[in-house]
Amino acid sequence: MQTVSSLLNKEWYERYKRIASLNIRSSIYDVTNRCNLRCKGCFFFSSGEHEAAREEMDIKKWENFIDREKARGVNLAILIGGEPTLCMDRVEAFYTRLPSYCATNGLIKIDRAKFPDLMVGISLWGGGEDEKILRGRDTFAISSKNYEGDTCTYYLYTITPRQVGKIEPVIKRIADVGLKVHLQLLSNDEGVDGFSWGKEELADLRREMDEVLDKYPRTVISSKYYHEVITTGKMMGRAFGWPECPSVTESLDTRKPQPRRLIHFVRWASDLQTVHRCCTSATRDCSTCKDGAAHMSWIMVNKREHIRTTRDLQNWIEVYEMFAKLYRFIPW
Amino acid sequence: MPTSKNRKGIIKHVASIIIEELKLENITAETFNPDLDLVDELGIDSMDLATIALVLQDEYKITIDEDDYPKLKTVSLIAEYIEGKLAAKN
Repeated sequence: MQTVSSLLNKEWYERYKRIASLNIRSSIYDVTNRCNLRCKGCFFFSSGEHEAAREEMDIKKWENFIDREKARGVNLAILIGGEPTLCMDRVEAFYTRLPSYCATNGLIKIDRAKFPDLMVGISLWGGGEDEKILRGRDTFAISSKNYEGDTCTYYLYTITPRQVGKIEPVIKRIADVGLKVHLQLLSNDEGVDGFSWGKEELADLRREMDEVLDKYPRTVISSKYYHEVITTGKMMGRAFGWPECPSVTESLDTRKPQPRRLIHFVRWASDLQTVHRCCTSATRDCSTCKDGAAHMSWIMVNKREHIRTTRDLQNWIEVYEMFAKLYRFIPW
Repeated sequence: MPTSKNRKGIIKHVASIIIEELKLENITAETFNPDLDLVDELGIDSMDLATIALVLQDEYKITIDEDDYPKLKTVSLIAEYIEGKLAAKN
């Protein structure tokens, strides 16, 4: 029988102990149905989720709702949308009650005097050219000015198939403005021409992701095992998909057999009553879903399966550390 | 139903249930360290605990509240918990 201490040396065991006690319980909240951009491939709009529920406008109701979420055991609120910064009173209601993370396109600057340590993740869909095709403008030019050198902000770089071979200049731009970056892959929900993944592209991308991690270790928050799992869609010989996904709203999860999953996870719509199926679009083909958080979580909930060899367990630790860093449960 | 209700007997029985339910290899109920931290050292999560709890509830005719799972970190602590539940019944 393998145990954690039998597989790890002192240094790795200490790293393990640092994360083993975190017990992160996250849920996702659509803060608003509105956005100041309309990006091709954004699942929120392409799947009609922006019309799934009528936005709750009463801030008192938001405050009471968040208190109930805290009582339910949530200790990480992931704020998405729409664009959460359009409703800073709601963001503030979360921030003053729970450890919170705010996903944004970075066009509106969050007031650091009011939100000094709110974790901010800025979406980025490639270099300037792809950003213009998919989002209608080069958002980096604005967001990098708004958040330059901010120690609680990172870019969430959604890599598209057209970016393969061109990642490094994007990473360098981010490093040059003193920010961090996490990598994930585009799931082409709207079937935009030229933005679907091929097997060879994914293999090339994995190599490239590994290379930028080696070259920019202080900038890229990632791990090679995460690169392997997200580009192959495989973990420990198992394939990602609906039967395996950990990020399904608990009350809608009728899967049998029940896979390992995020405990008490819910993705709430902005009416504070409706729930969405999962952390991304319910119209998406789960077998080709490239959602980075879902893949990270998939690895994290399968801890026991990684207590097999030293390398497997180290891989698991690195992914858990990556997640904990992205939400600042541990320092960068 | 286990024949022995004393602590040692419960420890051995709980260990055998854990080995069986988690399909642990190269370990027996006799060699299982009752003070091994199941969560930290074996990576047992709340789903595993729920599975084990279902078997224990059936075997000992007790109820195990989900809120109590964090207390059940070792085989010894599980045995102590079961003993307490059995004593409260009698």
